[in-house]
Amino acid sequence: MSSPLAERPVRELKGLLDSGAITSETLVIDCLVHISQRNPAIHAFLRVNPEAALAQAKAIDLKRKTGQAIGLLSGIPIALKDNICTKGLTTTCSSKILEHFIPPYNATVVEKIISADGIPIGKTNLDEFAMGSSTENSAFGSTRNPWDLDRIPGGSSGGSAAAVAGSLVPLALGSDTGGSIRQPASFCGINGLKPSYGRVSRYGLVAFSSSLDQIGPFSNDLFGTALLLQAIAGHDSKDTTSINQSVPTYLEELDQPIPSLRIGIAKEFFATGLDSEVEKAIQDALMVFKSLGAKVVDVSLPHSPHAIATYYLVATAEASSNLARFDGMHYGHRSKEKSSLIDTYCNSRGEGFGPEVKRRIMLGTYALSSGYIDAYYAKALGVRRLILNDFNNAFETCDVIIGPTAPTAAFKWGEKSSDPLAMYLSDIYTIGCNLAGIAGISIPCGFTTKGLPIGLQLQSASLTESKLLRAARMFENITPWHTKRSPTFS
Amino acid sequence: MSEYRTVVGLEVHVQLLTISKLFCGCSVTFGQPPNSAVCPVCLGMPGVLPVMNQKAFELALRAALALNCQIAPYTKWDRKNYYYPDLPKNFQISQYDLPFSFEGYLDIPASLDQPSKRVGLFRAHLEEDAGKSMHDESGQGGSTKVDLNRAGTPLLEIVSKPEIHSAEDARAYLEELRLLLKEAGISDCEMQEGSLRCDANVNIHIPQADGSFIATPIVEVKNLNSFRAVERSIRYEAMRQMEQYQKDGKKMGEVSKCTAGWDDARGVTIVQRRKEEASDYRYFPEPDLAPIRITAEMLERAKASLGELPHQARARLQADFGLGIYDADLLVRMGRAITAYFEKVVSAGADAKSACNWVANQVLTTLNESKSTIDQYPLTPGILAGLVVEVQKSGLNMQRAREVYGAMLADGVDAKTAIQKLGFVAVADEAALAEMIRKAMAANPKAVSDFKAGKIKAADSLKGAVMKETKGMAKADLLQKILLDELNKV
Ligand SMILES: [Zn+2]
Repeated sequence: MSSPLAERPVRELKGLLDSGAITSETLVIDCLVHISQRNPAIHAFLRVNPEAALAQAKAIDLKRKTGQAIGLLSGIPIALKDNICTKGLTTTCSSKILEHFIPPYNATVVEKIISADGIPIGKTNLDEFAMGSSTENSAFGSTRNPWDLDRIPGGSSGGSAAAVAGSLVPLALGSDTGGSIRQPASFCGINGLKPSYGRVSRYGLVAFSSSLDQIGPFSNDLFGTALLLQAIAGHDSKDTTSINQSVPTYLEELDQPIPSLRIGIAKEFFATGLDSEVEKAIQDALMVFKSLGAKVVDVSLPHSPHAIATYYLVATAEASSNLARFDGMHYGHRSKEKSSLIDTYCNSRGEGFGPEVKRRIMLGTYALSSGYIDAYYAKALGVRRLILNDFNNAFETCDVIIGPTAPTAAFKWGEKSSDPLAMYLSDIYTIGCNLAGIAGISIPCGFTTKGLPIGLQLQSASLTESKLLRAARMFENITPWHTKRSPTFS
Repeated sequence: MSEYRTVVGLEVHVQLLTISKLFCGCSVTFGQPPNSAVCPVCLGMPGVLPVMNQKAFELALRAALALNCQIAPYTKWDRKNYYYPDLPKNFQISQYDLPFSFEGYLDIPASLDQPSKRVGLFRAHLEEDAGKSMHDESGQGGSTKVDLNRAGTPLLEIVSKPEIHSAEDARAYLEELRLLLKEAGISDCEMQEGSLRCDANVNIHIPQADGSFIATPIVEVKNLNSFRAVERSIRYEAMRQMEQYQKDGKKMGEVSKCTAGWDDARGVTIVQRRKEEASDYRYFPEPDLAPIRITAEMLERAKASLGELPHQARARLQADFGLGIYDADLLVRMGRAITAYFEKVVSAGADAKSACNWVANQVLTTLNESKSTIDQYPLTPGILAGLVVEVQKSGLNMQRAREVYGAMLADGVDAKTAIQKLGFVAVADEAALAEMIRKAMAANPKAVSDFKAGKIKAADSLKGAVMKETKGMAKADLLQKILLDELNKV
């Protein structure tokens, strides 16, 4: 069995495609073959779309052959988290309530990928409606971590992370509401970027928490991360929360090191519960930056202990309203029980939603209820501003804040699924970034003694993705971690 | 039954005159096939986002200025959460605690028998409409159908203070509101098509011997399909509340607020439900839409677009043309275009009072009969002014003058030509008229003696006889004068 092309760094793959050394069709077929071999064990993909992907690959190859201009993505296949709407292709959010939902429209990011000659190859698993940190909360089975099939890949974008980490596909999109890109990237030993709020259009991303959600790329190298971000970033007239500012040339800037880089270290990111092996890897990463001439400054994020509480009020409140539309009336699952209007609502939603989604809808409904809204939701919005102020203050003295992406490496399947609070704590280091709307990335920075990947998180001010990618690239350039591949299938 | 004071506050929803819906591009044209003017956004499909219609906001701003409202410098959108099949997202995008306008007023215009009355407004805010549920009314338990064409249509909600004190004033308020909104191009206010809807909050104040009063519980009357229904229902509801109070003595606060439907056929209100507790709509700021800052420039543009408002036009017509309240109001109610036509007739030389009569009677009749508007009307203001002047100069009576008008319309000629063609020459020879009068008096001695006995009307039969003899061509004012002279001689 030959090793998958998707094992190669995206930088190399794009070079092979652009030079004509391989065709897009070859790459798509290679991915499809490895998906069919590996997906049964990993369960990263919920469905693939081979006919459309092959047809698009052939069309791109023909363009290349006839000397026409090829888009930035050069015919690379890309996996999409299944909460990103794809026209004519079932989009389930891993929920029974949308099991048969076929969107009549593409998300803006899908349109952008297609127009840049990227190839949407299939849809990946997630925690139902992106609510979870392990991809165990999927109505269609859980995803396994390619590094250890007994472990979870993280979540909620576990399917996309596992698809890239397992070399089923070179690039993937996820969504990040409280760490749902960065945490699985960390657990799977790949790059995962959460862009600043408003940098990427949310149109067509099935909303979990509107003020926190962002779509972002997974890749096995930072070149791929910058490439896919370049393709999807920018203002969208269909999303008025997207920021109307020109998009920097991430790819061109990526390999320019930042002179006199200032690294911020916040003690709040080294709190109790941080695994010692993870802490060691982060300290080592810091040494790497120091060796590159970076200056280390202490910064303070005093309100970050309140981030989890704030997050679970804001996110659930918005979710309780966003998910109200799934009622079985106009689309989606409708209970077969013949009954009154109220009972139809209750039965359809009761049958359609899984337990974690129900838990969060109830929590959010409560947080918004009259008599409680001031104590919970309104207060959470106030704390959210304080958290943003903390970050803004910190970025006065540093360029990027570094720390662990998650307190531990990937945990075992079923280990935390019965303890929601323990599960929520796995997002403790990633949530502040969403609340503040800033940019964050997880990059591989080492392994535990058990051979599980460890992620290094870098965060930077809103709309400074270029700086973030350049700082991360300085590290990638002199470390081997991004070149490691899971031994599971070799 | 003792006297009481009716207290009414009106909640009016008007549809704004936009081409498309409030948050998507769908058409708002009335009467399209069910569910044909819809798209993923107004269907509330997963992942879609609202984009505010700028035109709707401009019209709303214009309305708020016309209603003398204060304008908020900063306004936002809120979600009002409730479940109903004609509300696809199960929340309505509305404005809760920061409406874009508040504290305004509308003056009910003065009439011949009462002065102008000011009605305060709590607020005016923008929101999206729901769809329309069509229930099976056969009693066979058939399914309810939902038409979502209307879902997302921009509505302006205008909430008056309880400062309306009679059914007639409620109607006058609505008529003035409709005139204002139509004239300023804000809404066409067609109650039949649902572009103006009204609910009335009604109670009564019953004066007590010590000078205080007792207020009855407020009833919200719904299902008001015409201004007449508003008027009748308020009159009925006030009476019903008085009777109810005499029966049970219940005061405001002792029973909860309730809703009543108006049964137009039977002319009664039917109490539908008591609101045991206020519905909890879990309002919270809409995270998918950015708040709006209302700039000085936006305000200037809205002010410039207002044009002359009805109360300004009434005052000007009285001051500049010497018209009375009644005539000025008559013209203003016919709209800006007809008022402008009237003004041109006067500038072309016609006397204002006569010009007003001609425009309000003949011109309006012609327009109604031909179902056309004033810009399609064939007679130029100069030509009509010619008729007014000729009629006055020649002394033609109204019946003959109308024939001349008819000939002008039919043949496209001016007044002089028409009069000539018809051969109308007024009999203005005093001696000849006096002779005819004496003859008529001799033929009808009873009329003469009746007149002498004080029955002034008896003179009409004598006048009629002369008109008959002159084939209606006797100069009317001259005839009147000579007739009185002759009668006084007897
Ligand atoms: Zn629409």
